[in-house]
Amino acid sequence: MNANNSVTNRSQENPSAEAALLPPVDVFEDASGITLFADLPGVTKDSLNLQLESDSLTIEGEMRLPTPEGMESSHAEVRLPRYRRVFSLSRELDSEQAVAEFRNGVLKLRIPKAQHAQPRKIEISVD
Amino acid sequence: MYRSMFPRDLFAEFDRLQREIQQAFDNVPNIRGAGAGSFPALNVGRTPQSLELYAFVPGMDPKSIEVNLERGVLTIAGERQADLPPREERTSVHINERFAGRFRRVISLPDDDVNPDGVTAQYRDGVLQISIKRRSAPQARRINVQ
Repeated sequence: MNANNSVTNRSQENPSAEAALLPPVDVFEDASGITLFADLPGVTKDSLNLQLESDSLTIEGEMRLPTPEGMESSHAEVRLPRYRRVFSLSRELDSEQAVAEFRNGVLKLRIPKAQHAQPRKIEISVD
Repeated sequence: MYRSMFPRDLFAEFDRLQREIQQAFDNVPNIRGAGAGSFPALNVGRTPQSLELYAFVPGMDPKSIEVNLERGVLTIAGERQADLPPREERTSVHINERFAGRFRRVISLPDDDVNPDGVTAQYRDGVLQISIKRRSAPQARRINVQ
């Protein structure tokens, strides 16, 4: 259980991307879909960017912290003003039906599984 | 505490390694350690009028965050609830990186500079911003011309 604000530079995948922090996530899976929580403190609803493709999920956010004019940094543990994290999604996830909530810097994303991919119990007959 | 057998993210592992090595050469390590002792992350800035402190603590009820300032020592403490689903729901936990549980961070501020009557705290977008007026803030006095 680590507070994992690590820095990653994704320049090999997307040359124009700037260095960003990796937001820590929790990911759960139940029979009907996947739930993801991501910590993005400092990001506002307007500066959050969620991109859902059929096979990938990109979470991006810019921090908007009220900063008084002329402020000098004395101690910085968070050294970049943006987050970025990318996940690949397997085909049974129906990204078009995904639902997202964002509150107090926490993103909650629910991606259901496609109807045909929902588990069906297979009856085993014994002769 | 959930840990996978294989490294989840190479970059995260390298960063953790780098942070640990850096800490070995840094100042004397914090007695509270690098793990739980570093949630929430803190940024501190200063202007001539104030000290600004930002604590990155998303997903909290602001009423439950305890902020105390005593003799220049600022303490931020609280408990963050886990968002884990209830056990009986046949749910797999694939990734569990977010901090949950009690936290406490303590910062020493220069006691002679801190004005304890001029402290405000605001929680917005998961960041707690604490603004502390400095005693040494230049006071502009208007001089009347006779």
